[in-house]
Amino acid sequence: MLTLLGLCFLALLGLAVWGGSGRAPRAMFLGCAACMAGLGLVGGAALTGLGLPATPLPIGPPWAPSLIAVDALSGWFLLILALVGLPAALFAAASPAPPRAEGAAFPLFLAGMAGVLVAADGFSMLLGFEAMSLASWGLIAARHPRGPGRRTARLYLGFAIFSGLCLIAGFALLAPAGLSFAAIRAAPPEGWRAGVVLMLVLLGAGSKMGLAPFHVWLPLAHPAAATPASALMSGAMVKVALYVMLRMLLDLSGPAQPLWWGLPLVAAGAATALIGGLRANLEQDIKAALACSTLENMGLMVIGIGLALVFRGADLRPLAALALAAVLLHALNHAGFKALLFLCAGAVASLAGSRDPDRLGGLIHRMPWVAGCALLGAASAAALPPFSGFASEWLLLQSLIQGWRVAEMSVQLLAAATLAVAGMAIGLAAAAMVRFAGLVFLGRPRTPMAAGARDATGLMRAALLVPAVASAALAILAAPVLALGGGAIAVLLGPNARAPVAGFDLALGEVGARYAPWAVAGLLALATVLILLAVKNRSKHEPVRGPAWDCGFLPPPAHLPFGDPLSQVSAAGLGQPIRRSLGAVALTLSERHGAAPPGSPQPATLRVEAEDRGFSHVLQPLRRLRQALSREAEALRNLTLRAYLSISFGTLVLLLALVAWLERE
Amino acid sequence: MGFGQLPYDVAHVLGGAMLLVSFVLLYQRRIAALVNALALQGCLLAAAAVWQGYVQGAPQLYVTGLIALAAKGIAIPVFLHRMMRSRMPDRAVEPVGSIGLCMLGGVLLVALAILVVLPATTGARALAREDLAIALSIVLLGLLTMITRRSALGQVAGLMTLENGLVLGAVGVAGMPLVIELSTAGLVLVIIVIAGFFARLLRERFDSLDTDMLHPHRGEGQ
Repeated sequence: MLTLLGLCFLALLGLAVWGGSGRAPRAMFLGCAACMAGLGLVGGAALTGLGLPATPLPIGPPWAPSLIAVDALSGWFLLILALVGLPAALFAAASPAPPRAEGAAFPLFLAGMAGVLVAADGFSMLLGFEAMSLASWGLIAARHPRGPGRRTARLYLGFAIFSGLCLIAGFALLAPAGLSFAAIRAAPPEGWRAGVVLMLVLLGAGSKMGLAPFHVWLPLAHPAAATPASALMSGAMVKVALYVMLRMLLDLSGPAQPLWWGLPLVAAGAATALIGGLRANLEQDIKAALACSTLENMGLMVIGIGLALVFRGADLRPLAALALAAVLLHALNHAGFKALLFLCAGAVASLAGSRDPDRLGGLIHRMPWVAGCALLGAASAAALPPFSGFASEWLLLQSLIQGWRVAEMSVQLLAAATLAVAGMAIGLAAAAMVRFAGLVFLGRPRTPMAAGARDATGLMRAALLVPAVASAALAILAAPVLALGGGAIAVLLGPNARAPVAGFDLALGEVGARYAPWAVAGLLALATVLILLAVKNRSKHEPVRGPAWDCGFLPPPAHLPFGDPLSQVSAAGLGQPIRRSLGAVALTLSERHGAAPPGSPQPATLRVEAEDRGFSHVLQPLRRLRQALSREAEALRNLTLRAYLSISFGTLVLLLALVAWLERE
Repeated sequence: MGFGQLPYDVAHVLGGAMLLVSFVLLYQRRIAALVNALALQGCLLAAAAVWQGYVQGAPQLYVTGLIALAAKGIAIPVFLHRMMRSRMPDRAVEPVGSIGLCMLGGVLLVALAILVVLPATTGARALAREDLAIALSIVLLGLLTMITRRSALGQVAGLMTLENGLVLGAVGVAGMPLVIELSTAGLVLVIIVIAGFFARLLRERFDSLDTDMLHPHRGEGQ
């Protein structure tokens, strides 16, 4: 176990050196995939009870050796990492050779994420976290030497540094006795210290996973990287931040934290889910839309963590286990379908030449494999019943519905309101998936490039099939998989907590609500087969393949063999109703109508400019504050000698007064 | 050793006298009297150092006392008097801000110094504790003098007070190494500052010692 783990880490570090040399990138990425498979094995073994107790390493900071441990929670997240990392590495191997910096940063990124998951002391965890942040920044910056991509990388780096600082401060408050997790668990924080830890974790881990109002970087940064890196950032890195949040709030802070701890998480999660679901409908870039959908899913998971904290604080352990099971299962499901969707988007971008839906369309005919995988992923992300996203979101909504069992009226009201918001976010996410699948894969091609696209083959097809098969399996086998993750729930909620599972069903107790994915899938399959058979055998007419309906437009002229592109709905047009009715919730919108002068044959134009409210409400005030501070500092430069002397004298007297005050205690 | 014993009492009287002279330096407006007060403080410092050398049986403190007497008690004041007469015969008085506020601030600083030093040095000898409290008070008063005075001479007076306080603190602690070197270094610093001020004034032929006139010449442009 330890040997396999150590081998994987050493191999990843060696691969980073190899990747930096730029030789044989395909073999290097295949090596990364093998390491991911190894880490997945370690995670699976930890879930079946073969975990690794806290083990000191021969390396570490000067004051103590580094500790690593793999318990069930780490194992679950290692499995998530492997589920995303394996296909991402395969896809990278199938892509053209990346820049050398990217080749070096990719294995380091994987190693950093795995390092966070197996760390058993604060120092190692922060080290892994920072390595992950820096390497992912490198992955973005390597692709963008200058221009707006570079600015995005800088914005991301700023947020990464901010989250790292918050987590360092959080661990400093958690660990007066020592940085090892055992020492922190022995002396959990209390009083104001616990409150500050909650705030710092919310800021640190929250800004890493794009929690509102620190979400503005995520829809920019995740699509800016290469496709495998985007899949890793959106599928795995946010989960690592989720792991840090779970570990620090539910495990290290002890079981005795009050009920109100969950409320800020529920509120922030609901806001994030709504913003993400909304923005996913309005993005022009398909990868950006997928990144916004990640925001929505992370918001749902944070709602779940908040509910688990609330239920635990109210001493309702079974309900806390229910909420936590929803979080864990959704993290796994989301990793599967989001990796699948990002890789499909990357395949479309590389094989059909664009990420703009207005230049794609009709790809289901040209790329049946990619389209099939993407439709499976979109159905999962839209939480349609037999597919994988449904099971976990069903659990989450069930635990929200159980919010009335907490005696406090405020919690009941918040749970009811959150239920409405979460339902709206899930609906918006489904609409976004309809938009994604419909614009890219259905309809008619909008450009010759799209009409001539080829399907994914070889390694790239394998990279798509791994998460597709995993998502399909998770859809049917949600309950057994969740039962396997029962250990992770026990780590966080005590040995008596167990997952809400009964056989192959997800069930809330013996007589509560129940969801049997196998039955739903079987009935739907049966109905489909019956309908197909009935149509085929009972119809009087032979099936005929007709031309695609052109929305009532005239037949296209000869120079447009694929039909008039303007007669198909565009990405902005499909999003317009949602933008008009709800867009102002998340975005500052400005529309400019350019009407043609009377008599002119020019078409009228409509320009829409949208900016996230996070920019105008969070980043702009921060920038103004920084400018004001620098102006104040500038004023200090031109003082008289006496003023300088007064400043140092005042500082001295102040410090002496502080000393005198401290000595009185 | 405590209150009522000769070594303690004499050291206490000398230190207290230096503190008193610091207050004089804080408010004195006539320049001649200011220089005289500086000379008096230098002599008191020399006496304190010699007395400490006698009490602690440390002959190197006699050297410190001699240096203080020769430089601060005699040489520097004589030089300053001569300078005053030749450079600015008509400016015998220099403006000082509100005297009452200055004195109030000085009293508060002494109280602060006592509040800081006395709890921090529990366990040390009573002589060293009182001595340190007085020395810190003198240092703070010197800084306050430097801030409230506008003239170069006033700033020199403040700097010398500050340095006197440091030396007093150094001689008051038994077994403190490098006391002679410390006092000499402080002296050199004071002399360099005085020399710098006057060299600059002589070269640029100002008719005033007001440092406000130096501000446009710091090279930063206005």
